[in-house]
Amino acid sequence: MRTRQAIAALALVGFFVALYLWLHQIGVGGELKCGTGGCETVQASRWSQQLGIPVAFYGVVGYAAILAVALVGLQPAWLARRGPILLLAALATGGVLFSAWLTYLELFVIHAICRWCVTSALIMTAIWLVCLAAFRTPAPRTDP
Amino acid sequence: MKRFYVMLGVLTVALVAMLVYLLKSNPSAPRAANQAPVTVVDDGFRGYTLGSDSAPVEVIEYGDFECPACAGFAVIQMPTIKEQLIATGKVHWRYRDYPLPMHPFSRLAAHAAQCAGEQGKFWEMHDQLFTNHSWAQTGKNPTGLFTGFARATGVDLARYDACMESGRYAARIEFSRQEGEQRQVNGTPTFYINGKMYMGRNNSDAFKAAIDSAAAARRR
Repeated sequence: MRTRQAIAALALVGFFVALYLWLHQIGVGGELKCGTGGCETVQASRWSQQLGIPVAFYGVVGYAAILAVALVGLQPAWLARRGPILLLAALATGGVLFSAWLTYLELFVIHAICRWCVTSALIMTAIWLVCLAAFRTPAPRTDP
Repeated sequence: MKRFYVMLGVLTVALVAMLVYLLKSNPSAPRAANQAPVTVVDDGFRGYTLGSDSAPVEVIEYGDFECPACAGFAVIQMPTIKEQLIATGKVHWRYRDYPLPMHPFSRLAAHAAQCAGEQGKFWEMHDQLFTNHSWAQTGKNPTGLFTGFARATGVDLARYDACMESGRYAARIEFSRQEGEQRQVNGTPTFYINGKMYMGRNNSDAFKAAIDSAAAARRR
């Protein structure tokens, strides 16, 4: 239960980070609060859109999905089942791979670091690690 | 479990408050003016020019207002080129926008120059943007600074502001960039002398030699 709670809390924070980046990309608000200016460079690069959709929007959808699955997994009917954690692990694995690719682009192609993107990558990695930890713990017992 | 949902609720409220703060605490650059448009239409515009149309040599410059090398060229070399090559009728100079993707405000600057240009002040704004180039080093939204530059050029500020808000030249700027891409522009500034990419040094002496050579080739 604790792992799903932790995943839900992390996904909620990640959702807002991605939402901030996405809102910026569609023109809501001004310049990104970034410090070094690297965020604008990354957001202005041609890599900030994939298949015509802002990359941050994939993050919004991904975190929303993880949050939803984690909350469903916390319901009494699902607490004892492994299904939600398997689905969470699958989503988080996809998220970590996507984040790794984006971090590679920032470091070696765009040559600028977006702190918000790094924050999102760290949150997604944390979710993935919590999912891995959940696999090592036995399924909770349910009373008949 | 109930405690967890209370904590999640508190966290949500805190995150919403933070998001609202982040979005409202920074003045917005006119987005339409600072981003590539979805659709690009050729409006027939081919850049602002200097010098005589009948000059034997045409130089096309693909520049980015946020690029330090372009600023250096505009401030250091261009006055000599204007005096010795443009004012003397040897060269017709054409400026084309080539905003580089790593420069967050180059499209905005190009748009500011276009908005001044519709009031006949393109070159004045061009000089303001390049002469006061510190705006490009801060990483901060330069919209207010650009308004100050526009004021210095003597344009009607109400019309300038309306132009910037509308983003009406974003498509023109993107068309110019795509044109440059097709012509193999891979950095800024890139020059074409009578249609051929200039590979020499970006100083007025080298330009003078290249332009004399192009003019001689034309005479032959």
